[in-house]
Amino acid sequence: MTIYRFRNCTLMRNHALIIDDLWIRHGKIIDPEKIFFDEKIQANIEYDCQGVLIAPGYIDLQINGAFGHDFSSPNEVNENILIDVARKLTSHGVTAFLPTIVSSSIDTYKILLPKYKRQVGSAKDGATILGIHIEGPFLNEDKRGAHRTDFLRESPHGIEDLLSCYGSFDNVSIVTIAPEIPNMIENVIPILIEKYGLIVSIGHSMASLDIGERAICSGARFITHLFNAMLPFHHRDPGLVGLLTSHRLPATIVIHYGLIVDGIHTHSAAVRLAHRVHPQGLVLVTDAVPALGLPDGIYRMGADEIVVEKKRATIAGTQTLCGSIASLAECVQNMRQALLDGEINKSNEKKIFDDKDKNKFIVESIEAATVHPASVLHIENQKGTLSFGADADFILLDDKLNVLSTFIAGEQAWAVNDKWLINNLHIKSYQ
Amino acid sequence: MRLVITKDYDEMTEWSARYIKKRIIDFKPGPNHYFVLGLPTGSTPLGIYKKLVKFVKTKELSFKYVITFNMDEYVGLPRDHPESYHSYMWNNFFKHIDIEPNNVHILDGNATDLVHECNEFERAIKESGGIELFVGGIGPDGHIAFNEPGSSLVSRTRVKTLAQDTIIANARFFDNDITKVPTSALTVGVGTVMDAREVLILISGTSKAYALHMAIEEGVNHMWTVSAFQNHSRFLCVCDEDATMELKVKTVRYFKGLMSVHSQLINGNDHSSLLHTEN
Repeated sequence: MTIYRFRNCTLMRNHALIIDDLWIRHGKIIDPEKIFFDEKIQANIEYDCQGVLIAPGYIDLQINGAFGHDFSSPNEVNENILIDVARKLTSHGVTAFLPTIVSSSIDTYKILLPKYKRQVGSAKDGATILGIHIEGPFLNEDKRGAHRTDFLRESPHGIEDLLSCYGSFDNVSIVTIAPEIPNMIENVIPILIEKYGLIVSIGHSMASLDIGERAICSGARFITHLFNAMLPFHHRDPGLVGLLTSHRLPATIVIHYGLIVDGIHTHSAAVRLAHRVHPQGLVLVTDAVPALGLPDGIYRMGADEIVVEKKRATIAGTQTLCGSIASLAECVQNMRQALLDGEINKSNEKKIFDDKDKNKFIVESIEAATVHPASVLHIENQKGTLSFGADADFILLDDKLNVLSTFIAGEQAWAVNDKWLINNLHIKSYQ
Repeated sequence: MRLVITKDYDEMTEWSARYIKKRIIDFKPGPNHYFVLGLPTGSTPLGIYKKLVKFVKTKELSFKYVITFNMDEYVGLPRDHPESYHSYMWNNFFKHIDIEPNNVHILDGNATDLVHECNEFERAIKESGGIELFVGGIGPDGHIAFNEPGSSLVSRTRVKTLAQDTIIANARFFDNDITKVPTSALTVGVGTVMDAREVLILISGTSKAYALHMAIEEGVNHMWTVSAFQNHSRFLCVCDEDATMELKVKTVRYFKGLMSVHSQLINGNDHSSLLHTEN
């Protein structure tokens, strides 16, 4: 099996940027020390990475569609749209994602859920499809955001209502529900987790902090797009936002929260606030609509029309935001900028870049799109990391965190231009 | 012996690295003519490894036809433990250079039969044609490798129990927990190093000053095992000013006076006859 060695690069590993080589074999990241002492062989093919940064590939836990395809539409040819999006997402540095379905009719779920199967990623087929994120329809009408009222449901019969709505959880990874809906905390959440092995996320909710805490105690571990579609933070009832600093949760639990950092859905001050208060939980999500990757215009999502104009996506005829069109790579850059902006104002001086500052907040921003989303799905040893034994899904980034190339299972899936084609990085051996 | 006195640690490591580089290049190693190099671990040689790595990266030096034998390794420490000598050599040297993995020999402290492992090591050295240059450091008690005071001066590769002082000194690498420090090690013997065609010992800092004095100004004594090299026909000792603190002024002046000759060892154009003079 060919051993590949990527040299002349900086790696993001163990929460730091280090200068080290990346060794790949059979689509996995391997430990060169073991190869050296146990197998006593060298790398077969070496690449010169021109001094750039290598990070794990990005993981998107909430994406409603992209490149003109709508994951919630029962009309399109569905298996193909998944692969088409999976392939094109590699240009955003995304190597794994959860196709997300918004609140829909029972018929729609019965058509879509069986079709969106998990799929191992590859250079040929694009990003890994980790499973489905079902966002709704068991949401609070008052916080439905862009979801259609007539599709929202309650669960008076507990888990039975979810089963009859969705049909099956086979291809599902995450379910977003509003925990205040009767029976959710007592009956539904524990069963979703224990019997069906799902990740339960709370969102589109009017829940108080108390209800939020009880939802976490009953097993929920993720908050869907924090700040959006929930009560705003109030100092006497912090609502779901207060979960980031709740003192009534078991110490071993890490709550993760999605954050849409497209420059529109979340003010940079809110990004900094959340980050300062609970940095390990921050998960960047795009919550992207089908217009992601396309120019301004009018597109379909779910059963609605959306208008895209100047980086904003709204429901036609309203001012309601309905998801973003910033790529995950842009979200990482935006997050980094938000954190950097917070530093400038603190020191009140002209920003001078020294060596240490040059890399400030790069690790935090990238981790929010890699190891943190992987942790939500309990796959942090396989994905979202450059540790030995992990899947070789990685990206090459320049110092502004623009994606230069994307690799899936060790093979090049995308390159921004010819300079970064794998053959041009190949170090020809000399004698 | 030859004593090269340099200004400080940096100059010492620069001199030594260039000496090793020149020795390898002048040897003209090839597929049937390997340069066999003995290597140490510890804090003293770190600077030398860094500089040798730099030579490899600038393509001034290649380890393609070099065979290496390390001096020692802890017994019972997992090979991938960050404090094992395998980890040290990988992280500080082998991962950065172009040496063939099959040409690297480090004693296996986890071998099921430790005595057999040691004997095999000696055999491998013999099969390689013997060590051309053995590089080593010195402990504050004058020991070479793990040949603690009292070690036989004709000893071969074997298992040695570590002295209490050594264990205490090493605790800092094991979370300051003495119970975690290995208590024995496999080590080349004094005799093994004496068999090398040339021995290069590096000595830096005031903490090693008394050991240097005992090694070269007093008699051959198994309590200061490095002193055995007084009986070697090519013993090269490189130290910095601080390490000379316990030497006689006479000794220091004499060897400093020879620096013009010594500097040809790293600059000269293949005056191989020079290698046999002044010893």
